[in-house]
Amino acid sequence: MYKNILLAVDGSEHSLRSTEEAIKLHDSSDDAHIDVVYVADYDKAKYDVLHAHDKEELEAKRRKKLLPIEKMLKDNNVTHTYHLLHGDPGPTIVAFANKGNYDLLVIGSRGLSKFQKMVLGSVSHKVVKQANCPVFVVK
Amino acid sequence: MMTQMKEQWFGNVKGDVLSGIVVALALIPEAIAFSIIAGVDPMVGLYASFTIAIVTSIFGGRPAMISGATGAMALLMLPLVKDYGLDYLLAATIVTGIIQYIFGALKVARLMKFIPRAVMIGFVNALAILIFTSQIPHFIGISTMTYVFVIITLIIIYVLPRFTTAIPAPLVAIVVLTAIAIFGDYNLGTVGDLGEVTRQLPSFIIPNVPFTFETLGIILPYAIALSIVGLLESLLTATIVDDITDTESNKNKESRGQGLANVVTGFFGGMAGCAMIGQSIINVKSGGRKRLSSFVAGIFLMFLILALGNVVIQIPMPVLVGIMIMVSIGTFDWGSFKYLKNAPKSDAIIMLATVGIVVYTHDLSQGVLAGVVLSAIFFVAKISIVKVDTKTTADLTTYWVRGQVFFASVDSFTQGFDYSVENQIIDIDFNEAHIWDDSAVFAIDKVVIKLRKNHNTVNLKNLNTQSQELVEKLAIFDDPNAKPAAH
Repeated sequence: MYKNILLAVDGSEHSLRSTEEAIKLHDSSDDAHIDVVYVADYDKAKYDVLHAHDKEELEAKRRKKLLPIEKMLKDNNVTHTYHLLHGDPGPTIVAFANKGNYDLLVIGSRGLSKFQKMVLGSVSHKVVKQANCPVFVVK
Repeated sequence: MMTQMKEQWFGNVKGDVLSGIVVALALIPEAIAFSIIAGVDPMVGLYASFTIAIVTSIFGGRPAMISGATGAMALLMLPLVKDYGLDYLLAATIVTGIIQYIFGALKVARLMKFIPRAVMIGFVNALAILIFTSQIPHFIGISTMTYVFVIITLIIIYVLPRFTTAIPAPLVAIVVLTAIAIFGDYNLGTVGDLGEVTRQLPSFIIPNVPFTFETLGIILPYAIALSIVGLLESLLTATIVDDITDTESNKNKESRGQGLANVVTGFFGGMAGCAMIGQSIINVKSGGRKRLSSFVAGIFLMFLILALGNVVIQIPMPVLVGIMIMVSIGTFDWGSFKYLKNAPKSDAIIMLATVGIVVYTHDLSQGVLAGVVLSAIFFVAKISIVKVDTKTTADLTTYWVRGQVFFASVDSFTQGFDYSVENQIIDIDFNEAHIWDDSAVFAIDKVVIKLRKNHNTVNLKNLNTQSQELVEKLAIFDDPNAKPAAH
């Protein structure tokens, strides 16, 4: 059914749930593949750099946020590729999705930021509006 | 070489030109406000932002990074300007540039590694606090309308980007509120009250100071402080730009570029500057990636000064205050509160001490130096604790030594043993320890000899190769007549 799945994550509770759904979709068809994309927000770059001693630690810290997701994928024997991008999360995910040839994009309904809980997932909203492929928003 | 140059300049023309224009628009209010912080005419900051942006775009090591007049530097120079005037500031700017160039040539950038995170976090927080407090005289207790304008500015700055990010929100605040202020008569202070804006290109001038050692004595302390702070902020910004653009940069070349930029700036009537975190992020966000972006920012800034000089002096002060409050909020590391809770106590103390010293002295460089010294002391204190664990069975006592045994830690080493036991076999396991010097070997001697006095059999075990060599060379405990005093 869906062979090329793009899973956009930010390490939040919601992205764990979307990972679960992505795995279900992955298992429902033969030789499906999941691309996991994580966007390091421009606006958090200063914080990230200040709080990491060097490049390696910075990389490791970002990776650590996604460990539970990678573990879920591994435990379920999902073939997946990991992409770390930089930018404004919404537009960056959209650009990445539209550049690739994806059958489906899976994303959590809202992310990590407390503020966004009030505005209701501005990232997922943007992605739904602007991505060319079907989008699966997981609540 | 040529193709690499071409790529660095013209690899992203459309994005760079657009982002350069956006940055130039965002630079104007900040350059003016930082001039006011430094106590000089707005032109001094505007010229500085022009020349620094241009020179660093050509000679810097980090393409797409934006440099110009900054708050960190402005705060440092205020006392010099107050006591001696603008010409001494220009001379100090040139000397700052020379020092920074030498630092770059000596490859000092790698020393940045030795500045602990806690100090850097303290640095940005102190900077944020100082920028904020520098604004207080411009808006507290002036008039009700002043408060109103500050608040409206902040609302525009924080709400507008939710709808559009095409034009920098601070600029919209300036245009709208300056227009309102011109048509309504609110009796607000303006930029014009604080200095002149001339619609001229900067020209080459030699600062009018006596060329004596006395002059050098006055400006050198400022120049050293400016060099350190400028490089610190520039290299931090370069690391951030490296990260968000996923590319590498040459930090030593950047130090030399910053140096050249300040030398040129001093000769063209501008104040010393450095890289700007906020503006660089705006540049990358707006699509800037190559050298052309900062070059266009500088050129377009100059064009705006020439075209809009008359309007600039009408900008109401409260609007600039609002923009500076935004800069201060953006500079502060809001993750610090979590950091204070989670980081080791010593790091938290270093961070707070750095902030405290800067706020007290108004000198960022002193805070950084104090922070570095304090972390060195904490480091020694931390590694000078040697842990000795013990396990006793019927006829064998084992001591496990963990840590670095050296002159500062021998006390905690020797205190870890029970010297009252008699007729025992005692193993001292050094598997997780390292013996560093004569004092450490002496301490081992002392322990072994004391224990043997009570007819115990003492064995040293698992010394690593280096420690073993040192012990064999220096230790005397196997000499039956030895007393520790022989060392």
